[in-house]
Amino acid sequence: MSDGAEAGRAVDAVWRIESARLIAGLARMTGDVGLAEDLAQDALVAALERWPQSGVPENAGAWLMATAKNRAIDLARRGRRFEDRREQLAREAGLRMAMDAAEHEAAASGLGDDLLSLIFTCCHPLLSSEARVGLTLRLLGGLDTEEVARAFLVSEATVAQRIVRAKRTLKEAHAPFEVPQGEELDERLPSVLATIYLIFNEGYAATAGESWMRLDLCEEALRLGRVLAGLMPRQPEVHGLVALMEIQASRTRARVGPGGEPVLLLDQDRARWDPLLVRRGLAALERAEGLGHGAFGPYTVQAAIAACHARARSAEETDWPRIAALYDALAQLTPSPVVELNRAVAVGMAFGPAAGLELVDALVEAGELAGYHLLPSVRADLLAKLSRGAEARAEFERAAEMTENTRERELLLARASKLR
Amino acid sequence: MRFMMFMYPGIDTDAESWEPSAEDVGAMSRYNEELSKAGVLLSLDGLRAPTDGARVRFAGGTPTVTDGPFAEAKEVVGGYWLIQASSKEEAVEWATRCPANEGDFIEVRQVFEMEDFPEDVQAAAELSERPPEQT
Repeated sequence: MSDGAEAGRAVDAVWRIESARLIAGLARMTGDVGLAEDLAQDALVAALERWPQSGVPENAGAWLMATAKNRAIDLARRGRRFEDRREQLAREAGLRMAMDAAEHEAAASGLGDDLLSLIFTCCHPLLSSEARVGLTLRLLGGLDTEEVARAFLVSEATVAQRIVRAKRTLKEAHAPFEVPQGEELDERLPSVLATIYLIFNEGYAATAGESWMRLDLCEEALRLGRVLAGLMPRQPEVHGLVALMEIQASRTRARVGPGGEPVLLLDQDRARWDPLLVRRGLAALERAEGLGHGAFGPYTVQAAIAACHARARSAEETDWPRIAALYDALAQLTPSPVVELNRAVAVGMAFGPAAGLELVDALVEAGELAGYHLLPSVRADLLAKLSRGAEARAEFERAAEMTENTRERELLLARASKLR
Repeated sequence: MRFMMFMYPGIDTDAESWEPSAEDVGAMSRYNEELSKAGVLLSLDGLRAPTDGARVRFAGGTPTVTDGPFAEAKEVVGGYWLIQASSKEEAVEWATRCPANEGDFIEVRQVFEMEDFPEDVQAAAELSERPPEQT
């Protein structure tokens, strides 16, 4: 690697650490996230030009902020012609003082952190979920457009356009740069949590693409979740989401076999679960449960389910009645046929396949999840346990036809053929 | 990616204790707080002096135990951080921000991860989406 490339990577590293705070501080001063990012980008360009020669300054964050502020003054200067130099200088001094005052005020007010305001702005309900994800990764994760595009398997132009449009939407709506309070906070927090979880799942479900990039997405979602938990330590659902992601991420290494085939939870080698992430997840869940005072949100309940698996030393030791009860609670909080299907699996494990099949059949009758291959797949599994081999085989075959994933199809067909 | 940052304090290893000053402890806890707020800190520990430790050597088919202190030891690990970072450069940048003392050094080492595994394992990314609760 050339010295230039190496220096560039060092600047990138500082950028990853500093950019979110920099953009957040600038957004507080200018009231415009789009402008804030432009100013921050200009500071990055300046750093890429200068740091390779000068070295990374001791307080890189302050250097970037000072450079961005100078850039703001340049822009203000360009916008207007002054009659005399004194007036120009006076105006610039005023602008500089206004920016410093805004920075100072934000630090002293305690009325919500800049970074937290940026998180809520990126996940604003006015924006589509794709736009939220794009803005969050770019402004909070410090990823560039190309990295976001690569992670989501869309073109760079699409991502760039989404981000431009999102910034324009925020500007036109005069969305205030602040942390919502009271009831509004309760209304808007779910969209922040959903955005982070969407990023996590994009990496975790890994529908295609380069796996390392996908794992990076999981890590970035986890990092954002932990940052949020630090900023909102009294919100149980934030800890619930962190707990859920930490525990799910602990299984990353166990989820795939040597041939790249998916390994289902109950077949996973639990020795390959990451004990550090399990421990962190259980600790976060404890915090969520301690703060929730018995009323748990959907992320905390899902984390509690994941924790039941994490605590069981073997698949046989799983506390299925508790999982079934937790799915029952989840179905009430966020009713959905997918949750219902999972509940059916848990009920089948806890109280016998007949009880599970009853719930699955209710879904089939209601016409839910048509086209979802896991419905016949779960049904087949329950039928097989009830020794209804012919029916089970037909259902496995149907599931195999429905899945678009080759490896999964092979798995399902293999199970079908065993029932002959 | 994960990185271990091993702290090697530049102190006299013959010294009886490793007691740091109150300011040092304060600065270090602010640094740890910064790592934690950035969402990158996974775990950390400080280690007691080698005087309290032991070495187990493997030679000639039998393990031999030697209690500390170890006269020949020039560089001794004083503690470690396990962090998550997106590149070696980012981990190194975090290390440079440590409020370390004159003569200390930090060794930054990457932990083996998925991307170090063979391609066929990596290809496993092509799973179809399933209910996250079940996976």
